Amino acid sequence: MFDYNFHWRPVMKSLPDLLEAALLTLQVAVLAMIFGIIIGLCLALIRLNMRGPLRWLASTWVELARNTPALFQLFFFGFGLGAFGLHLSPYMIVLAGLTFNCAGYLAENFRGGFQAVPDTQIRASRSLGMTAWQAYTRIVIPQVFRIVYHPITNQMVWAVLMSSLGMLVGFRELSGETQFFASRTFRIFEYFAVTAVIYYVIVKLILGASRLLATRLFRY
Amino acid sequence: MEPTVSFFSGFAPKDLLFLGEAALRTMWISVLSISIGTVLGVVFGWILYEGKWAAALTVAPILDVFRSVPLIIQLVLFYNFAPIVGLNLDPFASGVVILTIYTASLVANVARGGIEAVQPSMRRAARSLGMSYWQDLRHVVLPIGGRAVFPAWVGVALGVMKDSALVSVLGYVELLKASQILITRTQEPFLILTLAGAFYFALSYPISRYAASLERKWAQ
Repeated sequence: MFDYNFHWRPVMKSLPDLLEAALLTLQVAVLAMIFGIIIGLCLALIRLNMRGPLRWLASTWVELARNTPALFQLFFFGFGLGAFGLHLSPYMIVLAGLTFNCAGYLAENFRGGFQAVPDTQIRASRSLGMTAWQAYTRIVIPQVFRIVYHPITNQMVWAVLMSSLGMLVGFRELSGETQFFASRTFRIFEYFAVTAVIYYVIVKLILGASRLLATRLFRY
Repeated sequence: MEPTVSFFSGFAPKDLLFLGEAALRTMWISVLSISIGTVLGVVFGWILYEGKWAAALTVAPILDVFRSVPLIIQLVLFYNFAPIVGLNLDPFASGVVILTIYTASLVANVARGGIEAVQPSMRRAARSLGMSYWQDLRHVVLPIGGRAVFPAWVGVALGVMKDSALVSVLGYVELLKASQILITRTQEPFLILTLAGAFYFALSYPISRYAASLERKWAQ
């Protein structure tokens, strides 16, 4: 049945390179999440509080991000913008694509979070003498944060997993690096098996860290 | 005068047919994987619910792997693993196998949530009316729990439909791969990507809106 000789040595030799690429994966995912949270927050607030073209733009962003494949979005930032003479580096393509996607998904989560805090609480805090800013930062935001904490964690995991699409636009993050080594040595199975393990460990680390943080943040 | 040779040719009407066929292939692989995966997922969900700690130690971690490793890595890994154990699968078959397992791992959690959404008192009432265990599952748990998690299932199904674009990495010519091929030939990335994106959007957007409206209606 097993007519195949596994060769793990080349994989072990390039393990340091793979781990370095894993750091690049993490870096892109974290950056995309930071930008995604900021933009997603803006999109959610615009969709909740504004009318007119800005609201239309925000809705289009959210619906496009949620209803087309992530790979399509990457291709669009890759080839699509190329049609207008705007050529992004592979790193920027992945970062822009992931940010676009994360912002869209997070905006929906934030919107749900804001809607879950009743208006009466704002009115109550205002009548207690708080300014609008105080009411938002001390009453609304802490509650919204609690609601969107788990969705944000999930989105972080998705961002790491999605960054593997970088392989298809020539970005040498963990998957791209793996493909590079695999096609050089033809030990495709071995390389991708090790990469799968690295991804699994990264995801578990993120989930564990998030759980640890949650017990410290939400003690009350 | 010598005729000039060009490797590129403009976007022709017959290319629309090519894209259309590719879109059908996207639909076909999605429908196949989602339907088999859903059935498997429901079974796994039931095992997770009834299996208690035994399932938590065996089935749950295995399903978890498929959610913690990027789909693209799973596809490459399986496609290169199958020949090792003597299976000769074409890209389509490999894609269906992995997408099915991926769907099942996502649906399993949804299905377990559905079973948990049915109040135990309701099930005890059904049993005390003389229903057998399977009658209780079929006539009480399925309609009530299924309704509770239907929107979540639609989300999973649409996600898999979008993720089916990744099977292109194995060389299966679905919609995104077809548009990539056309882009290389016609050098008109913007037009072709817009067409491909519009197809995904036209499929996904109405369904997700419908699911959201059902959720609102049932929540009342």
